[in-house]
Formats: sequence, structure tokens, C-alpha cells
Amino acid sequence: MTFAVSRTFLFEANMTSIILLSVFGILNLFLGFLRSNKVLLPGAMLLLLAVFGANYADWNVVHAPYFNNMLVVDNYTVAFTGIVLLTTILLLPFSRSYVVAGEPNLAEYYALLLFSLVGAIMMIGYDHLLMLFVGIEILSISMYVLAGSNKRDSRSNEAALKYFLMGAFATGILLFGVALLYGATGTFVLSQLATAVANPANASLQPMLYIGILMMIIGIGFKVSAAPFHFWTPDVYEGAPTFFTAFMSTVVKTAGFAAFLKLLAVALPAAQGFWMPTIQAMCALTLLLGNVGAAAQTNTKRMLAYSSVSHAGYLLIGLVASKGVLTGDAASGIFFYSLAYSIATVASFGVLKLVSDHRRHDGYAGLNGLGKTNPLLAFVMTASMLSLAGIPLTGGFFGKFFLLAAAVGQGYIGLVVFALIMSMVGLYYYLRPIIAMYMQPAPEDATPVPVDGIQTVTLVVLALLTIALGIVPGFMSGIL
Amino acid sequence: MLTAVLLFLPLAAALLLLFVKGAAARALAFGASLLEFVVAAYAAFDFTRHGSAAYNLNYSWIPSAGITFHIGLDGLSLLMVLLTTFLVPLILLSAFKRDYDNPSTFYALVLFMQTGLLGVFLSLDAFLFYFFWEVALIPIYLLAGAWGGERRIAITLKFFLYTVVGSLLMLAGFVYLYLQTGPAAGSLAQHSSELSAFYSLKLSASEQSWLFWLIFAAFAVKMPIFPFHTWQPDTYTEAPAPATMLLSGIMLKMGIYGTMRWLLPVVPLGVSQWQKPVIILSVIGIIYGAIIAIRQRDVKRLMAYSSLSHVGLMAAGVFSLTQIGLQGAVIQMLAHGVNIVGMFFVADAIERRTGTRHIPDLGGLTRRTPILSVCFLIMLLSTVALPLTGGFVGEFLLLAGMYQYNAWVGAIAGLTIIFSAVYLLRMFQRVMLGPDSSFSETITDLTGGELLIMVPLIVLVFWIGLFPNTFLHISEPAVTNILALVGR
Repeated sequence: MTFAVSRTFLFEANMTSIILLSVFGILNLFLGFLRSNKVLLPGAMLLLLAVFGANYADWNVVHAPYFNNMLVVDNYTVAFTGIVLLTTILLLPFSRSYVVAGEPNLAEYYALLLFSLVGAIMMIGYDHLLMLFVGIEILSISMYVLAGSNKRDSRSNEAALKYFLMGAFATGILLFGVALLYGATGTFVLSQLATAVANPANASLQPMLYIGILMMIIGIGFKVSAAPFHFWTPDVYEGAPTFFTAFMSTVVKTAGFAAFLKLLAVALPAAQGFWMPTIQAMCALTLLLGNVGAAAQTNTKRMLAYSSVSHAGYLLIGLVASKGVLTGDAASGIFFYSLAYSIATVASFGVLKLVSDHRRHDGYAGLNGLGKTNPLLAFVMTASMLSLAGIPLTGGFFGKFFLLAAAVGQGYIGLVVFALIMSMVGLYYYLRPIIAMYMQPAPEDATPVPVDGIQTVTLVVLALLTIALGIVPGFMSGIL
Repeated sequence: MLTAVLLFLPLAAALLLLFVKGAAARALAFGASLLEFVVAAYAAFDFTRHGSAAYNLNYSWIPSAGITFHIGLDGLSLLMVLLTTFLVPLILLSAFKRDYDNPSTFYALVLFMQTGLLGVFLSLDAFLFYFFWEVALIPIYLLAGAWGGERRIAITLKFFLYTVVGSLLMLAGFVYLYLQTGPAAGSLAQHSSELSAFYSLKLSASEQSWLFWLIFAAFAVKMPIFPFHTWQPDTYTEAPAPATMLLSGIMLKMGIYGTMRWLLPVVPLGVSQWQKPVIILSVIGIIYGAIIAIRQRDVKRLMAYSSLSHVGLMAAGVFSLTQIGLQGAVIQMLAHGVNIVGMFFVADAIERRTGTRHIPDLGGLTRRTPILSVCFLIMLLSTVALPLTGGFVGEFLLLAGMYQYNAWVGAIAGLTIIFSAVYLLRMFQRVMLGPDSSFSETITDLTGGELLIMVPLIVLVFWIGLFPNTFLHISEPAVTNILALVGR
């Protein structure tokens, strides 16, 4: 009997990705003696590819929810899980220099990375508010450690401490929100929540419900760095090792938005009158503070941190446009946007990491003349910057297009006009790395940045993906 | 199929160029652009006999949003394609005259831009049009920004921001139109962004009124129309000569062409409402550009302002909404493309020999450079619109169209001919004639290779001047069609 159950888990049920990741995460901890990226990196990449395949096999397969409505695996889960897995696979090759630096705890980092992916997948696939909380905690606790992994650097320490204190506080608020929601409705399960919220008999409990919703919005808003809960982002992103910054700004954000959309669309469509204005205000504020903040930076990493705030703003437009529906144009738009954003962000942080490791300079000037010394790196960075700025030929353009068109279609013209104005501000700062790379002379003693084979391949794949999403977006658009 | 070949041949060559270095890169770039011209010429020949049906390609591009990959040819786009494919090989030849860093990247960007330009002229779907509109911008930005003069960084940034802001407004307008097609509140897949779907929309006059400015913003910046021109003189001056030729010879025409295809027939009520203000702005641009050109001391800058003045006339002609005005704009697009590329080439030839574009430093060059002087003079007289040259036919028709619209406006716009004679002949006198300068004895005449660039341009100047019907004949049905849509 036990055997039958585990068989179901491993083969029929698609818990495969979570199980594989957890098991190999633990195994990884025992591989600490290897201390060699020669085994760990290819091993982790192969594992993730296998998980990616297992995840893909669930596309268009209908499963009943697992464990009494704790987790649900549908196309929505598969799609967003696909993004976080793909992002991690493409990010891993840039972890290499930690070995060169003689990092003793390499295996632990890989293990934590795998655990945090488990958390991300739970955030995406939850059907029960406690699963959401557990997922967020698994993801966050791994990230607190990883943000401080560069332990001899005081800024990395500062980042970890700041992230931990703020993050713990935010999760506390989130949990309080969950509790209040439970108090108001008597359930944790999303679909039952939706019925209870829509039930007019519960009207007297509305204040409790609304405070609960607000607290959950604050908690998740913190995780996806939406204003006004974004204040930690620049410092933490700047202080954390670039590799983990890239992870935070892609995987955490994608999982966070998948969770956010699911919460609003599945559990709370009936409370739209309350959360819609809140999300709209957050959206406008995020766009404003993210873009204006990014324009004021002179450090590429900090600029990317603020830019990730601004992208949370564009994704919030998707939440507004979804109007509480988990499928259709807005949800597909959020998926496409997250994908294009993640790819471009991984590529830009990857290039930035390679360059700043070599040149020891995080500012725009650190990129000077890269077009001459490393044409490939400069090209990948250019494609990513154009994608983040939303210029055609790149995935970022269609990401913005789908989201904004969906929002206009729902009549949110004011918000879209504001987003357009903000994306014009965005052009200014995304061009600055391009200007530095192609239009400024390289420093006199500049030598080509060393890039190894697998990194080269990954960079080419990243650039091709960005361009493919910008030329033939049809294969990834409108899938939800 | 031929349309797709036409569109993607330069792109394929550009990609190949990334792997080729040295002399082979030149051969590949020039060979590809020449082949492209042959394809375009064949298409033109075939088009005039068999019509446009075979050139219409329509594939689903993004089914989930109802966006198609729809390209096609009509008389108007055919002429623009011919102009582009004719000028690009010459522009590449002129680029070979200088030693740019990373030459193969330079040529690849030129060819990449050619695909963008051709895409703009061929697109029949609004988002495809917008897509290529921006695709054309990225290479020219990099060309001007990476290979330009001293102040290139700030100036090209201004250029980029200006044009992208303009095109984002156009995109916003297109999105609005797109959401009006199909059922109200339908999903994105039920809407359509095809040009024909836009043509059949029934929009109220007040909607069209603001849509007009959203869409026109992109075109007005690209041309540019006064007062959206402030990026233009600096960018033309700082960009390397081949980029300036692309900007002034072809990219400027994107604005006029876009107005004719994507503005006039799409929001006709908006056009009739704003016709007068736009014509007044255009005429102001004509006079303003000309007066400033008189004061210029930099050859390239003078030509930039001259271009500003001439494009004002083209815009005014288009907005006269008369058959003769539109036909004049078409022929003038060709003539201006040829003239301005020739002029910038001569300016570059002089700069390469003397190291300066500063007019007071030059003078008395003509004694040693008879061929250069004759070429310069021909291009210049065509720009001044002397009869027998292409410029004359274009400006004459444009002014006739303006006169039909309003005699006074026509008369004021006619000053452009007098003004351009003043500043251009004055420049010629100070640069080529006049008292000797330190370069008078040492300067060398055009080489055979350079003549190879000038001769086709000169031939075309006279061809347009003497047999304008070759071209007018091609564009006439398209122009009639546009005007019929405007009057609907």
C-alpha cells in the first residue's frame, strides 16, 4: 500500500519536481566534501533539466488537487514553474567564480538554491493559504542565507541582515493576514475562500476580511518589491553577491507574482472593490519610484535593482487587468512578461557579474568599451537592456504590449498612459550601459573579460531567447 | 515570396557579416546590397506588368493577439523600396572610403537598418509596421552613437529619446484603434491590427482628433516638422556620413510615407480638422530652416537645415490633400533622397580631403577639382529646383498642390526656392569658388571610385527631371486610392 502511494507520487502525480528537488537538495548537502564545481555544477544543471522535463510533461494534464487541496497542478502552475526552473538553469553557469575564490561551502549553496526552488514551486502551486506561507518561508529563509553568502564582505552581511529583519517582519504580517482571512471566512482553501467572500451573509465580517487582505497584499508586495514596500530592494540587491541578486530578482519575483495573481484571482475576485484600488495605487507608485529611482543611479547593479522594482510595477498592471481571472489575456501577459523579464535580467546580471569580477567596478564606467573587448558580452547586454526597456525585436516589447493592451482592453487607460510615460523614463537609464559599452573608449589597460565555454553557450542562448520572444512571440503568448 | 526575399535578404547578409572580416566583408556587404537592388528592380518591372497581387503575403504572426505578418506592395511602397535599395549600395560604397573601426559591424548595421526600412515600407499590419519602425532605429542609433563625432553621446541620446517617445505615442494610438476592431470587450485574439481593418473603422470626429496627434507624433518627429526638429541638425552633423545619408535620404521618408499610409486614410476626420495647423507648422519649418541655413558655417549643418526646410514643403504638400500635392511629395521623396545623399557625399569628400567642414576655412577649391565641382553643382541645383532636375518636378508639383489648397500658403511656401538658392549658392561660392584657401593647391579631384557613386545619383537626378512620368505613373493608383479613402 505504501508502495502504491509513493508510486502515485513519483509517476502519476506531478509532485515529481518538488520531490526531485528536495531529495537532491539533501543529497547535495552530503556532497560537501567534493568542493568542486566540476561535479556540482553540471550535476545541478542536469537535475534541473530533468525537473524541467518532468514539469513540462504535466502540461495540459488534469490532476486533482493534492493532499486535501494543499497543492494544485494545472497549466498555470506548470507555466510559472517552467519559468523559475528555466531561469535557474540559465543562471547556474554564472556561479563559477565562487569556486575560483575558494569558497568552502559550495555544496550548501547549491542545496539552498534547490530548496528555495521548492519554496518557489509551492508558492506557484498552492491551493491553501498555509502552503503559500510555507512556500514563502522556504524560499525566503534560503535567500536570507544566500544574500549573506559572501561573508567577508560587510555589504553582503548588511544585505542579509536587512533582508532577514524586513523579510521576517513582512512574513509575520502576511501570516497575520492569513489568520484574519481565516477568521472572517473559516477556511484556508482558495476556492472555499472565494465562496465565503462572495457570501452576503458574511458582510458583517468585512472589516476583518479587508484588513486580512490588506496585510496579505503588504506581505506579498514586500516579497515582489512593490512600492511602498520596496525600500529594502536597492541595498539588499547591491550588497548580495550578484549571482543571488539575479536569483532574487527573477525567481522570487516570478513566484511572488504567480502567487499574487492566484490569490487575487481565485480566492478574492468578490473583494475586487477593495483590492483593485489598492493594487492600482501600488502599481502607479511602484512605476514612479522604480523608474525615477533607477534613472538617478550611477551603479549598474543598483540601477538593475531599481529597474526590478519598476518591472514589479508593470506586472501589477497585469494584476489590475486580470480583474480577478486566472486565465486569458492578462494572465498570459503576466506569464509572458515574467518570462521575458527573467531571461533579460539573468542575462544582464550574468554579464555584469563577469565584467565586474574582472574589472572590479560596478558603475556604468565599468562597462566602458566592452563592445571592443568582448563583443559577445556587449551584444547580450544590449539585447537585455533593450528587452527591459521594451524596445521591439526583444521579448520585453511584447511583454509590455500584451500587458498594456490587456489593461487598455479592460478600460484602465489612465494607468496605461502613466506606464507608457514611465517606460519613456526607463529608456534613459537602460541606454546608459549601451552607451558605455559601445560609445565610450575602453580603459587603457583593459583586457578581455574571461568567459568559459558553458557561460558563452548560456549567454548565446539567453540572447537568442530574448530575440526569439521578440520576433516570434506566438509560441509563448496566450497560453493561459 | 519575392516580397519576403526583398525584406530579409539584407538581414541575412547582415548576420553573415558578423562572421566575415576585411575585404571580404566589403564585397559581401556591397554584393548583397546590389543583389537586393536587382531583386527590387525585377519586382518593379514585374509589378508594372502583373500588378501587386503576387506580392501580398499574409501569415498569422501572433494568433493570440490577432496580429498578422502582412506585407505587400503598391505603387507607393514600390517607389520607396526602389529608393532604399538604390541608395543603400551607394551609401555602402561611400562608407568604404573611410576607415571605420570594426568595419564589418558598421556594414552589418547598415544592412540591418535596410531591412527595418523596407519593413516599414512593406508592412500592412499596424504592429508589424511599428515593429520595423523601431527596428530601423536601433542600428542608426548605434551607427551614429558609436562612430559619430565628438558630441555624439549626448546628441544621439536625444535623438533616440525623441524618436522613441514619438513612436510610443503612435503605438498607443495603434493600440486604441486595434481595440476598436472586432467585438467590444472581446479578447485580444478577436481584434485585428491589419491596415484594412483600421481603414474600415468608423470613429467619431473627436476620437479621430486626438488619435491624429498620437499617430502623427511619430511621423512629425521622424521627418521632422517644426517644432519637433531640434534633434535633427545636431544628429545629422555628428553622425558619420553614411549614417547621415541613411537618416536624411531614407529615414526621413519613413515619416512622409507613414503619414500617407497610416495617418491620412486612418483618421480622415482628424486630418481635416488639423490640416490647417499642420500646414502652417510645415510652412514655418520651411522658412525657419531656410533662414537658419543661411547663417550656418558648417557644411553638414547647413545641409541639415536645408533638409529641414525641404521636408517642410513635402509635409505641407501631403497635407494639401490634393492629388497633385501627394504626387509631388512622392516624386520629391525620390528626388530629395537622391539630392541629399549626393550633397552629403560631396561634403564628406571635401572633409576627407581637407579635414574640415568649416566654411570660412574653405574656398577656391574648384580649380583643382573640376569634376567634384560639377557633381556638387548638379546636386545643388537639383536641390534648388532648377528645371530639368528631379528637384524641380517635385517642388513644382508640391507648390501646385499647395496653391490649390490656398494661394497665399502656396506663395509663402514658394519662397523655399528663393531661399535655398540663396544659402546653397552662397555656400558653393564660399567653398568652391572665392578666394583661395590653404587647400586650394593641394586638394585632389574625385577618384574613379567616388565617381562611381556620383554618376548613378546624377543619372537619377536627370531621369526624374526629364521623365518624371516613369515614377508618377507607378504611384498614381496608390495616391488616388489614398485620397479616395481620405474623402470617404
